[in-house]
Amino acid sequence: MHNLTIAELIKGLQSKEFSSVELTQHFLDRIGSLNPAYNAVITVTAEQALKAAAEADARLAAGNAPALCGVPILHKDIFCTNGVRTSCGSKMLDNFIPPYNATVVENFEQAGAVVLGKTNMDEFAMGSSNETSFYGPVKNPWAPDCVPGGSSGGSAAAVAARLAPGATATDTGGSIRQPAALCGISGIKPTYGRVSRWGMVAFASSLDQGGPMARTAEDCALLLNCMASYDDKDSTCIDREVPDYTATLDGSVKGLRIGVPSEYFSEGLDAGIEKAVRAALANLEAQGAELVEISLPNSSLSVPAYYVIAPAEASANLSRFDGSRYGYRCENPKDLQDMYSRSRSEGFGKEVQRRILIGTYCLSAGYYDAYYGRAQQVRKLIQQDFDRAFESVDLIMGPTCPSPAFKFGAKSDDPVAMYLEDIYTVATNLAGLPGMSIPCGMADNKPVGLQIIGNYFDEARMLNVAHQYQQATDWHDLAPEGVAS
Amino acid sequence: MNIERQEIEKLATLARIAIDDSTISEVSQRLSSVLDLVDQLQAVNTEGVEAMSHPMQATQRLREDEVTEINQREAFQAIAPETKDGLFLVPKVIE
Repeated sequence: MHNLTIAELIKGLQSKEFSSVELTQHFLDRIGSLNPAYNAVITVTAEQALKAAAEADARLAAGNAPALCGVPILHKDIFCTNGVRTSCGSKMLDNFIPPYNATVVENFEQAGAVVLGKTNMDEFAMGSSNETSFYGPVKNPWAPDCVPGGSSGGSAAAVAARLAPGATATDTGGSIRQPAALCGISGIKPTYGRVSRWGMVAFASSLDQGGPMARTAEDCALLLNCMASYDDKDSTCIDREVPDYTATLDGSVKGLRIGVPSEYFSEGLDAGIEKAVRAALANLEAQGAELVEISLPNSSLSVPAYYVIAPAEASANLSRFDGSRYGYRCENPKDLQDMYSRSRSEGFGKEVQRRILIGTYCLSAGYYDAYYGRAQQVRKLIQQDFDRAFESVDLIMGPTCPSPAFKFGAKSDDPVAMYLEDIYTVATNLAGLPGMSIPCGMADNKPVGLQIIGNYFDEARMLNVAHQYQQATDWHDLAPEGVAS
Repeated sequence: MNIERQEIEKLATLARIAIDDSTISEVSQRLSSVLDLVDQLQAVNTEGVEAMSHPMQATQRLREDEVTEINQREAFQAIAPETKDGLFLVPKVIE
């Protein structure tokens, strides 16, 4: 059952081939036996899952089942779950049991999905390797000595290892697309404002966006149907109708204009990745799409702008964690200042502290204009690059990351090397555009991701092209050794 | 770029993060390397470019000034480190 896609699982559940309880138990058993090797899941909610599965079976029997009724999923541990620990990968929130559900969690509950548990992640979503988690790193199912990517590395590894058919994730600078690429699965970061951020622990509020991960584009469409919604409680959510993303999957790619930015194929790109991505583009061209060479001249500025804006917003967002109302408080504080500073230095890991300090620096008196103000202007330049490109193309494609999954420790001592992992992904967050990654080959025996960037609210077209590509290829069907059996 | 010890201490105070004396030079070195990266921004001509804070130029929505949330003090305080009589307790501030 674990090799079936969500689309197939829905059919199987509705035709009573298997029950949700059987399916849920099957995935819980897999998590029990396989997860110790991957560390992808950090909380298992077996009892609640089986209860929800039994309820789903009753609704399926009664014939009034909602879209994802009985389908097991995992939530990234950044989404607040009522009564279930939401750690955000941090010691700071190791004891945090939210008294409410995030809107995304609520949406999946309404759709009848069964939550198996919560997935590991880089602390406060700050990382590209999952090495910053308080709960230890996640291992890449394709190469256990390599990172799964981050920050949604737990969700990506869990889907790749078939511990769940789909999972929620978030993306601030590439945290859905990069781990999806490194773990050989599909994932989409929707347009900023498409998915509610309410109850999603904030990292950089003007960049954060939730989205789904699954093995296929069709499954991503099914999950996004449920995940995307307008929410009064998120003031940056955009009030716009959510289309049925599965309705347009079958359209032909004939005549589609795909922009290929020269900047995304320059120095620093692994040769094996380039080869796989070029082959994917040739496949789409053979299906009738037209490849158009384009330029995004300010691309090289996206990482510097991102590493001002994201830490600046993080330093403000994370000021709420001070040991007063919830989360970690240090032992025996001698006064209020001591409680604040020791709770924060003991509760936050090194990378989180580093980003808070950088953000504080960029926002401090005398530096604001030179850093934050300027980064926001550069952000505008990057958006204008995309605006110009979309005047002549429908989608933009290139590699998701510059190299395949790297070994643990390879970049953890050098923050700048780690930050450059995001070189092809951060620009879309800065511009607020939707981005997706789908598997398109192998390099060094590890998966390669093809990145698809769409215009604002053009998720349906991205999913359509991704689905058409997956109809013609089988990279998305490959499984890491020992996982499919 | 090099950040002085004094500056790190000031940042630590502003950010309310205790930094152990023995790690200051390491912290300084790592922050400096990140600042070297972001300093590329200084070379960009941004004259007349409008700063961007939201991709869709959305503005804050307004709503009627009415109560929409119920009081959940007990639920919220159940997860607090220390409370008393419905208040969050912190170390004594005023003698």
